[in-house]
Amino acid sequence: MAQSAVLPADQYNFDIVRRFMIVAMVYGVLGMTVGVYIACELAWPFLNFDIPALTFGRLRPVHTSLVIFGFGGSALFATAYYIVQRTCQARLAFPWLAEFTFWGWTGGVALGVITYMAGFSQGREYAEFEWPLDIAITLVWVCYIVVYVETVRRRSQPHIYVANWFFMSFLLAVALLHIFNNLAVPTGLLKSYSLFAGVQDAMTQWWYGHNAVGFFLTAAFLGMMYYFVPKQAGRPVYSYRLSIIHFWALIFLYMWAGGHHLHWTSLPDWVSTLAATFSILLLMPSWGGMINGIMTLSGAWDKLRSDPIMLFLITSLSFYGMSTFEGPLMSLKSVNALSHYTDWTIGHVHSGALGWVALVSFGSFYHLMPRLYQTKLYSQTLIYVHFWLATIGIVLYITSMWVAGIGQGLMLRSFDDYGNLAYTFIETVEFMHTPYVWRALGGAFFVAGALVMAYNMVMTARTSRREQAALEAKLAAKLAKA
Amino acid sequence: MRHEHIETNSALMLLLIMVVISIGGLVEIVPLFYINETIEKVDGVRPYTPLESRGRDIYVREGCYLCHSQQIRPFRDEWLRYGHYSLAAESQYDHPFQWGSKRTGPDLARVGGKYSNQWQVQHLKNPQSVVPQSIMPRYPWLLENDLDYADADTRMRALRVTGVPYSLTQIEYDANLKKYGKEIADQLDINQAQNSLLKQAREKNFDGLPERITEMEALVAYLQVLGTMVDFTKYDEGYFAQFR
Repeated sequence: MAQSAVLPADQYNFDIVRRFMIVAMVYGVLGMTVGVYIACELAWPFLNFDIPALTFGRLRPVHTSLVIFGFGGSALFATAYYIVQRTCQARLAFPWLAEFTFWGWTGGVALGVITYMAGFSQGREYAEFEWPLDIAITLVWVCYIVVYVETVRRRSQPHIYVANWFFMSFLLAVALLHIFNNLAVPTGLLKSYSLFAGVQDAMTQWWYGHNAVGFFLTAAFLGMMYYFVPKQAGRPVYSYRLSIIHFWALIFLYMWAGGHHLHWTSLPDWVSTLAATFSILLLMPSWGGMINGIMTLSGAWDKLRSDPIMLFLITSLSFYGMSTFEGPLMSLKSVNALSHYTDWTIGHVHSGALGWVALVSFGSFYHLMPRLYQTKLYSQTLIYVHFWLATIGIVLYITSMWVAGIGQGLMLRSFDDYGNLAYTFIETVEFMHTPYVWRALGGAFFVAGALVMAYNMVMTARTSRREQAALEAKLAAKLAKA
Repeated sequence: MRHEHIETNSALMLLLIMVVISIGGLVEIVPLFYINETIEKVDGVRPYTPLESRGRDIYVREGCYLCHSQQIRPFRDEWLRYGHYSLAAESQYDHPFQWGSKRTGPDLARVGGKYSNQWQVQHLKNPQSVVPQSIMPRYPWLLENDLDYADADTRMRALRVTGVPYSLTQIEYDANLKKYGKEIADQLDINQAQNSLLKQAREKNFDGLPERITEMEALVAYLQVLGTMVDFTKYDEGYFAQFR
C-alpha cells in the first residue's frame, strides 16, 4: 500500500496533540502546586496573608479547576485527538475547529481561575465558572464533539474501537451535565443565581458533581486506558465481551449515583437510597474495566520489571480498583454518616485523582512523547524516579487523610459518660494539624514527580529539535554535493 | 440486536448512549419538582432581605461553603452541637444551595443568633483572637470595603425570575403582606430595595459602625438569620419525619 510509506507524524495531526499535552503539563504542575499551597494553608493559616485572592476559599476552586479541567481536560483533548486518529486511521476532521477548541479550552480555564481569585464564583463545587465562561465552554465542547464524531465517521474500517465508545459517552454526558447544572439567571457580567434552589439545586449539582467524576475522570480515562495499555503491552485487550458489558453498565449506573453525596440531608430518603443502591452496583462495571486493563498484561507480566511506562499504567489501574471499591463503601449510609463532611472524602478523591487519573495520564504521555517528538525519551531512569515520587506522595496523602477523616468523624460522634459531647469542634481541628502536615508533604512529593516529568519532556523535545536540525544539515550537505 | 450493529454505526451508538445516560437523572431529579412531600410544610421560612441577600453573595464570593456546611443531619451529636436537623424548606429560596460537602469548620445552618454581632465581626476580622486554635483565614477587608448596594434591586429581579417571591407589582406585594406582615413585605419589595437595605442596616448596625455600611454588615446580617426562621417549638416531635 502506498499509504504505509507515509510516516504517522505526517499522516495525522500530531501538532494539536503535542500542544494539548504541553498545556496539560503546565496546568498540571500549576494546579498541583496550588493544591500543595492550600494544603499548607490548612496546616499553617498565616499563609492566607490577609490577601483576598490567596485565601483558601478562593484558591480551592483554582486548584480543582486547574487540575480537573486544566490538567485532566487537556490530557483528554490530547489523547482523544490522538486515539481517534490512530484507531480510525483518519486525519483529524476540521483542523481549524480543533484549533479553536485548543485556544478556547486553554483560554477558558485561564480566565476561569483569574475570575475565581477576583471573587467571581457560582458557588457550586467543580462548576464555579460564572455564566459567560459556561457559555464559552459549551461552545468549545460542541466543537470538540463535532471534530471527534466527524473523525469517527471518516474512519477507514467499519468497527469503532472500544476506546472511542468511552470518549463518545464522555463527550455527550459532559455536555448534558454541564448545561443542566449551570442553568442560571444572570445579573451583571460576572454574577448569576442558579435557576433551581435548595433540595432540587443540591440534587442537580451532585448529579453533575458525581458524574464529572464518572464521565470526565473515569469513562474518558478508561478510553485512554483502552488504547495505551494494549499498545504499550503489545497485546490485544483481554476481553472484548467484558468491554461491551462493562461499558454499557458503567455509563448507565453512574448517572444514578450522585445522590450518595447527599445522604442524611434534606434530600428525600428515596433518592438517597436509590443512589446508594446504584453506587454498590457500580462496583462491578468499575472493576470490569480494571480487570480488562490489568489482564491485558497477562502473559507479559515481566514488562512490569523492564518497562516503567507499564508500571505507571498498571499502578493507575490498581488505584482505580481501590478507589472504586472505597467509593461504594463510602456510599453506604452507615459509613457515610461517619465519612461525610470529613477529610476521608478528600483522601478518596485524591486516590482516584492522583492514583488513577494522573498516573494513567503520565503513563500515556510517556508513551506519546517519543511518537510525537520522533525521538527516544530523554531518560528512562527519570521515569522510575517520577514513579516512586508519585507513589510515595499518593500513599502519604491518602493515609494522612484516612487518619484526619476517620479521626475527626469518630471524635465528633463520641460522648462522655454523662451523654455529653466528648469533644468540641475546635478540638478536632487541633487534632487534624499533624495529618494536614503529612498531606502537604505527600502533595509536595507528587508535584516533585510531575516536575521531573516536565524536565524529561523538555529534554526530549530539545533532543528532537537537535536531531531534526542535524538531519536537515545532512540533507542540505547532500543536496549541495549533488 | 448484535453489538456489531452498534459499533459499526456511530449515529446509532451516540443515540443509544444518550438514552442510557439520560435515565438516571430523569428518574431521580424530575420527581423532586413534583412530589409535594419533598419540601416540608412549615411556617416562617421567608426570602432573604436585600441586606441578607447581599451578605449571601459575599458568603458565596469568599467560598465559605468550601469549609462550612449548612446542612445538619439527624444524628444525636449533630443535634447537640448544632440543633434540629435541616429541613428542605429552610433552603427553598437558596440560589444556589450552600449545603456544602466538607466541615473544615463547623456547620453554619443554625449559627444565627448563637453569637452576638460583635463576636461575629471580631471573629471574621481575626478568628484567632476569639478561637486561638482556629485555622480560618482572616477577613479584614470586609470591614474596609463599603457594601455595593446600588444594584440590590437588579439582583432581586434576577432572583425573582428564578421564583423567589420578591414583589414587583402591587398584587405580589399584597400577597407578601398577607403572608409575612408589613415589615417583611416591605423588605421583599424590589421597588424599595435600597431603602429597605439601608433601613435594616441602620436599625441593627451589624458591623458596629453606625456611619458606614460595610460588606461585614451584610455578611453578619446573613449569618444571623441562618436557621432562625422556623420555630421548632410549634411542631410535635416526629412531625417532620413524614416528609422524609
